[in-house]
Amino acid sequence: MLELQDICFQASDDPKEKGILKHINLKIDDGFVAITGPNGGGKSTMAKVIAGIITPTSGRVLFDGEDITELSITERAKKGISFAFQQPVRFKGLTVRDLIDLAHGEPLSLNDSCKYLSEGGLCAKDYINREINASLSGGELKRIEIAMVIARGTKLSIFDEPEAGIDLWSFNNLIRVFEALRTNIDGSILIISHQERILNIADRIIVLADGEVRAEGAREEILPQLLTDGQACSTLLNKVV
Amino acid sequence: MDQLQMHMLQMVADLHSVPEGAYNIRDNGALAGRNTTANIDIVSKKNKPGIDIIIKPGTKNESVHIPVIVSQSGLKDLVYNDFYIGEDADVTIVAGCGIHCGGSQDTEHDGIHEFHIGKNARVRYVEKHYGEGEGTGGRILNPTTIVHIDENGYMEMETTQIKGVDSTIRDTSADLKDGATLIIKEKIMTHEKQYAETNFEVDLNGVDSHADVVSRSVAKGSSSQVFNSKIRGNNACYGHTECDAILMDEGHVNAVPSLEANHLDASLIHEAAIGKIAGEQIVKLMTLGLTEAEAEEQIVNGFLK
Repeated sequence: MLELQDICFQASDDPKEKGILKHINLKIDDGFVAITGPNGGGKSTMAKVIAGIITPTSGRVLFDGEDITELSITERAKKGISFAFQQPVRFKGLTVRDLIDLAHGEPLSLNDSCKYLSEGGLCAKDYINREINASLSGGELKRIEIAMVIARGTKLSIFDEPEAGIDLWSFNNLIRVFEALRTNIDGSILIISHQERILNIADRIIVLADGEVRAEGAREEILPQLLTDGQACSTLLNKVV
Repeated sequence: MDQLQMHMLQMVADLHSVPEGAYNIRDNGALAGRNTTANIDIVSKKNKPGIDIIIKPGTKNESVHIPVIVSQSGLKDLVYNDFYIGEDADVTIVAGCGIHCGGSQDTEHDGIHEFHIGKNARVRYVEKHYGEGEGTGGRILNPTTIVHIDENGYMEMETTQIKGVDSTIRDTSADLKDGATLIIKEKIMTHEKQYAETNFEVDLNGVDSHADVVSRSVAKGSSSQVFNSKIRGNNACYGHTECDAILMDEGHVNAVPSLEANHLDASLIHEAAIGKIAGEQIVKLMTLGLTEAEAEEQIVNGFLK
């Protein structure tokens, strides 16, 4: 479905610049794929290259066999790529319902927009008419961001650290959201995460570090390596991986 | 009424036909229709152009529409309207002015509105300004609003100018007694070479009086806006003023919020933020499949909604 061919990204001429991608070659087929690795390893940059937000210095991006490297963010979105930001954006004046409608592509009934919001883990009636402004917490915004991706229902859904900014109490709920998505979504999920419990529901895991693919394979193969590397317990793993 | 008049009424007062309840329609400086009710009287002034709107104490859930249409190029229309809202009344007043300029001369409407809001009365005042027409003459609107709110009275003023007004100077002043509240929500969008100036001046004279003056604006083209807002806290009171502006193209905004505390227990806050649309907002909407232009339109429409 998605193929990255020799993707390089250099943010500036400074070789010490973080977030550099070095000759990434990956094929991502259907299913639930998790990308993990240390902070600054290039995960978010790679997700942005796929969504078209960042233009790679070199290399090609193929989606369903089509070269989309030169396509804009909008064109890629229309072809079926969705992207949930790590740090969701606030909009003065636009409501949760407005954004769910925009994500879906046409106005939804109140019931349908509430359904998507509930799937994102929010009590819909409390949120549907709220403005996407500073009155919403980071955690609330993250779930609205997830609900927008669900409302789009595209072939490829990318989530950039959905657990970041979500409190411990809501985390179990978030895991359930992704478990349900894994079962129900009609397409692939690419999720950047540091959380063992999210990695645990992935079909495949990619480890990205220092701009390179360090490991790639089925969860059963990769996860045990991650958990034993450096004798890390899962708490420590969550901090360092 | 002809088609042009109906169209203008729709733009400034959301009216699709003659309104229910009390109304007074002014067309090119003359009376074009009036209705009064048992509780709301409308009387023409004798010494100057304009009307007195008198709302009996205790009037509940009634509305008054007083739209103005100016379609005669070169006309300079000046009108004085006074509103007397009785104690304990709860009413909605819909004003608004539409200018259709088809000629080369400037067309202007200056409405001077003075509100006397009785004890415990509540007023929602909605005012829309709109201009159109193929003429080269300027479409000019200079409204003045003066508000006096008695004890525990409440006024919410929604003032909107979205399109077609070339030049406007909007002066609003208010004084509030004990427990009175004033909420102002202003929305302005200017295009091309338009100029919009807003001057708010609020005196919080009463104990526990409260004012919230919020302006949201978008300056497109090479248009220019000035926002002056002054709140004086003369007693134990709460005042907040906020100007939030989006700049596009070569737009220019000058925001001057100002606070004056003349009492130890006056609590006053001002905020002003001016800037272009955040790039990340556009990118987010593009990831939903909108083009850059569609994303900008959604952001601006939402901002001024």
